[in-house]
Amino acid sequence: MIIRFWRAFRGVAWREILRFLQQRERFLAALIRPILWLLIFAVGFRAALGVSIAPPYATYITYDVYIAPGLVAMIQLFNGMQSSLSMVYDREMGGMRVLLTAPLPRWFLLLSRLLAGVGVSLIQVYAFLLIAWFLGIELPLAGYVAVLPALVLSGLMLGALGMALSSIVRQLENFAGVMNFVIFPMLFASSALYPLWKVQESSDVLYQLCRLNPFTHAVELIRFALYLQLNGAALAVVTGALVVFLAAAIWAYDPARGLMARNAAVVD
Amino acid sequence: MPALVTRDLSYRYGRRPALERVSLQVQPGRFTALLGPNGAGKTTLFSLVTRLLEPPAGAVTILGRDLVAAGSRALAEVGVVFQLPTLDLDLTVAQNLAYFAALHGLDRKTAAERIDRELAALGMGGSRTERVRTLSSGQRRRIEIARALLHRPRLLLLDEPTVGLDIPTRRGIVDHAHALAAEAGVAVLWATHLIDEIRDADHLIVLDKGRVVASGEAQAVVRRTAASSLGEAFDKLTAPGSEAP
Repeated sequence: MIIRFWRAFRGVAWREILRFLQQRERFLAALIRPILWLLIFAVGFRAALGVSIAPPYATYITYDVYIAPGLVAMIQLFNGMQSSLSMVYDREMGGMRVLLTAPLPRWFLLLSRLLAGVGVSLIQVYAFLLIAWFLGIELPLAGYVAVLPALVLSGLMLGALGMALSSIVRQLENFAGVMNFVIFPMLFASSALYPLWKVQESSDVLYQLCRLNPFTHAVELIRFALYLQLNGAALAVVTGALVVFLAAAIWAYDPARGLMARNAAVVD
Repeated sequence: MPALVTRDLSYRYGRRPALERVSLQVQPGRFTALLGPNGAGKTTLFSLVTRLLEPPAGAVTILGRDLVAAGSRALAEVGVVFQLPTLDLDLTVAQNLAYFAALHGLDRKTAAERIDRELAALGMGGSRTERVRTLSSGQRRRIEIARALLHRPRLLLLDEPTVGLDIPTRRGIVDHAHALAAEAGVAVLWATHLIDEIRDADHLIVLDKGRVVASGEAQAVVRRTAASSLGEAFDKLTAPGSEAP
């Protein structure tokens, strides 16, 4: 029985990787977006925004070094939403039916899809970290390995969020709404682009929103892991958010409730 | 043992009833045609049988297993060709089929052998490395049928598989499905609104407005409705205000 599960997982992962490799534009877009932030946004802010000593940093750092973990998390955020888009596409194109009628538990099929998406995000993240290294963002060498579990966890959390959202988005055309109401608020109301103490200086409301945002904790989990430290609070929030989002996604794809019941409007 | 049994199966989309107390059987080695006009509830029935929807009332038994109790395991020996195309257009034919084979637990060697065999049986042997996007709709349909057979299903469900295809392609697919029932002993449930796809000896179930209005051997249904052809029988059975004979 275990071998059947393994073969199915391998099949789902292989399909996702094949699709990703065939969509070169997607790979390029995933890399160009954070690199533009690093080359333009970070350079511009470098002079304006000094970052003082705060954990996990042991010394003063420049702004481009500060936002590197945030950009890593941003790659995962966009990848999670890309997975969501891909699931909506699969639903419209029928591919989701093939997956969901396989003789395996639905939670396993959805989890396989989620893990495959995380695998794709890891390819993008490490490609970005390599380019960032060439651009002068040097992180502790062991940090590149230590960050892997944090990346898997944050990737799962953001992927599960995307999966849950894919059940709400009924048509591909509505996906722009996800961009406006999920991705951008999550990214901008977080510690990805500016430290929270700077935010607090400007607005306490925004600061509290940032603290409530699970993406902030994903960023901090990654940031600390890159510097070989564990942020326990971030780990707890990201794990908790993963459980909630995953449960919501599995519930949404239950045939008796959620997406399938609501979206199956074909009555031939 | 019947391959598929539904008992008093009902489903509603909000307030709109899609199926009402549908009871039917599909026997091994038989071609069963589920004939109904658009909106009769055929796709809803397929969605319920494949667990894409869950019935609020009634029961489905597949090869002796209750669908609710057995869950997804009940689908292990079921092949499905959905009404809407479900192939990944950006992958090759072989990649699409290998993905499906993996979902059904086939090892790579067995999968490769069966992919070759099923594609050859449907006249698509030379298409392994072609991207699905480059194929015609008829070719895509044949590949979907080949895919549905990879795990050797004992029950094959086909939801309007010939819609939009030219006549020779349609004929070839209908012949292949009949051969699967007659020669391989597969229980075939073929949903259609096209009367010319049904043969006299086929088991026929006529579905209209979510209800079974007739069932039996196609020839017998024609006789019972005092019609001269299946087309006439179908018109009588699905006419507004008609009663099942």
